[in-house]
Amino acid sequence: MDFGNILLGAVNEFFTPTTAAYALAALGLAVHFGYTGLLNFGQAGFMAIGAYGFAIPTLSFNAPLPVALLIAMLASVAFAVILGLPTLRLRADYLAIVTIAAAEIVRYIVTTNGLTEVTGSANGLAAFEGGFYSLNPFAPGVYNLGPFSLNERDLWIRVVAWTVVALACVVIWLLVRSPWGRVVKGIREDENAVRSLGKNVYAYKMQALIIGGMLGSLAGIIFTLPRGAVQPANYGTELTFFLYTALLLGGMSTVLGPVIGAMIFWAVLSLTQGLLYGAIESGAITFLNTTQAGQLRYILVGVALMLLMIFRPQGVLGNKKELSFA
Amino acid sequence: MGRISALARYMGMLVAVAGIFAGLLLAAPAVHATTAPPPASESPAPESSTEATAQDSGSAGEGEVTDGAEYQDRISGVLRNAGSPVSGVRIKASANGYEAETETAENGSWSIGVPEQGAYEVELDESSLPEGVALAEGQQNPRTVTFAGTSNITTLFLLGEGIVLQGDSFGTKLIERAVAGLSFGLLLALSAVGLSLIFGTTGLTNFAHGEMVTFGAVLAFGFASLGLPLWLALILAVVGGAGLGYVQDAGLWKPLRMRGTGLVPMMIVSIGLALALRYTILFFFGGATQQLPNSQSPMLELGPISISRNNLVSLAVSLVVILIVAALLLRTRIGKATRAVADNPPLAAASGIDVDRVIRIVWMAGGALAALGGILWAYYRPGVSFNMGQQILLLIFASVTLGGLGTVFGALIGSIIVGLFVEISTLWLEADLKYVGALLIMILVLLVRPQGILGRRERIG
Amino acid sequence: MSHQAQSPQPGRRPGAHAAEPAPETAVESVPSSHEESWAANKYMTDDRPIAADTAAPGCRKRDPILIASNVTRTYGGINAVDVEHVEIPRNKITALIGPNGAGKTTLFNLLTGFDTPQSGEWRFEDRDLAGVSAYKVARLGMVRTFQLTKVMGKLTVLENMRLGANEQPGEALRRALFRPLWKKRENEITEQADALLAKFKLDTKRSDYAASLSGGQRKLLEMARALMVNPKLVMLDEPMAGVNPALTQSLLDHIKNLKAEGMTVLFVEHDMHMVRHIADWVIVMAEGKVVAEGPPGEVMKDQAVIDAYLGAHHDVDLGDSEGFEKLEAVLEKDPESDIQGGESLAPVIIEERKDTA
Repeated sequence: MDFGNILLGAVNEFFTPTTAAYALAALGLAVHFGYTGLLNFGQAGFMAIGAYGFAIPTLSFNAPLPVALLIAMLASVAFAVILGLPTLRLRADYLAIVTIAAAEIVRYIVTTNGLTEVTGSANGLAAFEGGFYSLNPFAPGVYNLGPFSLNERDLWIRVVAWTVVALACVVIWLLVRSPWGRVVKGIREDENAVRSLGKNVYAYKMQALIIGGMLGSLAGIIFTLPRGAVQPANYGTELTFFLYTALLLGGMSTVLGPVIGAMIFWAVLSLTQGLLYGAIESGAITFLNTTQAGQLRYILVGVALMLLMIFRPQGVLGNKKELSFA
Repeated sequence: MGRISALARYMGMLVAVAGIFAGLLLAAPAVHATTAPPPASESPAPESSTEATAQDSGSAGEGEVTDGAEYQDRISGVLRNAGSPVSGVRIKASANGYEAETETAENGSWSIGVPEQGAYEVELDESSLPEGVALAEGQQNPRTVTFAGTSNITTLFLLGEGIVLQGDSFGTKLIERAVAGLSFGLLLALSAVGLSLIFGTTGLTNFAHGEMVTFGAVLAFGFASLGLPLWLALILAVVGGAGLGYVQDAGLWKPLRMRGTGLVPMMIVSIGLALALRYTILFFFGGATQQLPNSQSPMLELGPISISRNNLVSLAVSLVVILIVAALLLRTRIGKATRAVADNPPLAAASGIDVDRVIRIVWMAGGALAALGGILWAYYRPGVSFNMGQQILLLIFASVTLGGLGTVFGALIGSIIVGLFVEISTLWLEADLKYVGALLIMILVLLVRPQGILGRRERIG
Repeated sequence: MSHQAQSPQPGRRPGAHAAEPAPETAVESVPSSHEESWAANKYMTDDRPIAADTAAPGCRKRDPILIASNVTRTYGGINAVDVEHVEIPRNKITALIGPNGAGKTTLFNLLTGFDTPQSGEWRFEDRDLAGVSAYKVARLGMVRTFQLTKVMGKLTVLENMRLGANEQPGEALRRALFRPLWKKRENEITEQADALLAKFKLDTKRSDYAASLSGGQRKLLEMARALMVNPKLVMLDEPMAGVNPALTQSLLDHIKNLKAEGMTVLFVEHDMHMVRHIADWVIVMAEGKVVAEGPPGEVMKDQAVIDAYLGAHHDVDLGDSEGFEKLEAVLEKDPESDIQGGESLAPVIIEERKDTA
């Protein structure tokens, strides 16, 4: 077993575009849940909206990158408004059920054969990332960054993805320490009290839902670009739950928590996979095959989510006192 | 008055926004044809895919004919001529360069594995039919079979002369769908009543309920494959479901209640539990779809409609069980205690009810009902798979929300509505969208009547 | 949103104590000095009659700030509130009393836009409030507190206070990102908050999370926070409930102070002694209706009050099981469920029911 390589693989996960996408989507959930107290279980739906909202215009009418991006973001806003209108007046658990249902509706719709022309149904869409890579300023070649070597495409998507994450963190950080952030945190604690102080709670919740949802949709785009494909199967409910795990790992009422949580999430997945596969190959573990080892990791994700929620709900970064619930 | 006009305004906005969104989707011209979809075997993001279920799908052997046995998703059917099975007939399925072929077995059944759900052309090789047997008039061959959202699609080639499709008239179709929907709704109700009872007494929205459904079906399959008689296997599975409820409450939920954990954290814990249980079941059970004994059942003709025997039995069983649960709730001491706890736990505790005992019993009952629901769901789909519970979890939620969170009879009515809606909507909607309708209905009902159909307007207490 | 004539932060009155040890344990010695300072205050010395004619249920007031007519709200066939006519006098302290289930909190919810009545008309300073949402009612200057104290436990005491302030441009999303746009107002708000905190003797807790406060301190914080809104009418729902007796005198003084500063106070209370002590006017509700009103001394003698209020209370003894059944019956039809979850339509969250039962 090559521990060096396994460790290196885990470290590599810190910087993959997928991790960046998770960080961004989890940051959106932090805005929803950590700061505003909105229990959005449909972040996967927002990611799908972003990915399809970007891919469909690009492929259907050759929309240039900025237009496709704009359409994706507008679709995301529309989705948030549609979700928010009926549910933001309701209790938290209703929002949870409606958002998870809405995300599944999105997935069913992009999967249906009736819309194959547009969405590619179960196969999804591909070859829409050309516009993005044509902007690549890095010359073709291999770039060595420490122990990692990347080609120009890998480098470009990483630079863009993490720049977006950094910008989003700054914006959210500015927002949550502004009076606006104070109001949404108040809503998280007790929305009636905030209402009694003359704040339009509904509007704030809607704004928070839209902001977090747009981050989710941006994440959806970043998630698909390195793959050059978007497939509905990737946007199931489990994606949302993995995002919650990452969020809780890092700390839900923090700005950097979701980012660090996403990094830990993917690094630990990579590490356990490396170790388990290594052990199986070297014969140290005989009672598992590699498929089962893969499944074992997701059992661990579930257990980790439970344990985190029970024993350390503030995450690694969070301040126990500033939890949204005790 | 103000509220109503505001509501109307929001509805208007909603419709407008939805229209824009739908227009965006539909206005896009065809693009798909120009972009060859990637073959399933090299699905993107192999190492970081969130779909652990997409594990090594195996490559379809190039050139040589396969029956796709390694795939979970299957197209299947039974070939019968005048009631007796026809064997040795070649059937071929193809799409996107994938091709698989099989022959019907002794009992006339055939099944072709396909790498992914979608549209396939299925062709019956008429030259391989026995002498004197031919496809019935009007039977399309080859035909396109489309599926999504289920791992198994059935298509029947009818043989013989003068056989026409039964129930051609719209009315008959409607009645058939309604009966199937009732059967589906009642099996949903089994799970929904359990979920609703648990919500009512503890306030927990239990996302692990789907896994409790799966657990019942998997246990039944396990016991049956040990060679136990079917009735015993099913009873043991239901008892096992109650056991899972007991263990969950004793090992997890009661300690959390004692700690005073809030409802939202408990909800997230239940998500973690759902993931852990789902993958544990996958770990031991594997990713394949298995069949319970007698999963193929003959069609019964009842007057103008035909219904499979399993569906009819399922309908009767769920109806009887739900009536028993209702009687227990209304008549017995423990039933009354349960309703008292659901109504107002502190008051119930103050009047001498052992709230923890009631909740424990509710968890066991919920587990048993979910297990039974899982078994019936396995017959309905048909098939047992590790994620079968996850597939109907949202429908269960929709049922409970429709009826009103925490009300048992609401859950029953909600389930029946969802079941009917899912089945009847297939008359107009594509089959792969049938769950969408039910979920949309739930959202719309919440819009106009947030407390659900039977939920009381003001408060539960 | 209009600024108010009366400043919410009054000038330092002689005799007002600057700093005292933890209020919860302190025995207040303020009243005498307050009485002194109040002696010169026009609101405190105004003893013109409150009623326009004789005191009777639904009587007209000389100078009403809030008028409600034919306000009804039913829950499942039970009339929770059925108020024919009621007026709240301006610049006075009015107590709203009545047995459990009389509809006091429901009336609060209806008047402040947290619940919608089936019928009726109610006006605040001659502005029709029908269909006006709760947050707009608050902005008009009608601010309420809650029976179950609502402080933001995971925000600091100071942030709780700042949250009450109005006209903070940084609360709008488009300006929130740009600190210079809201920094100046934030400083003003902080000043105002610090002054109020000092007055309510919470200044030492300024940077603590509100969750760490005692029950009485939370009541104080909630009241102080309501004052950040610069209200004209302060509606306090059971301000004394759950407050340490050592703190009640201080709370009573704070309420009197509100009046001295030109605000109108309407409060719900159970304790008749407190009511007698500070109220200028008492309105008695029973079974959703106003059954009596008048100055405290007279209302207490009213037979209708003794029947409705005292009678209903005295036969509920929580010490025996029979008492529980009665309580159960009372709870059953008690629509005073604390408004919860943002909408009166959805059922109550179980956790909250634990609190009320």
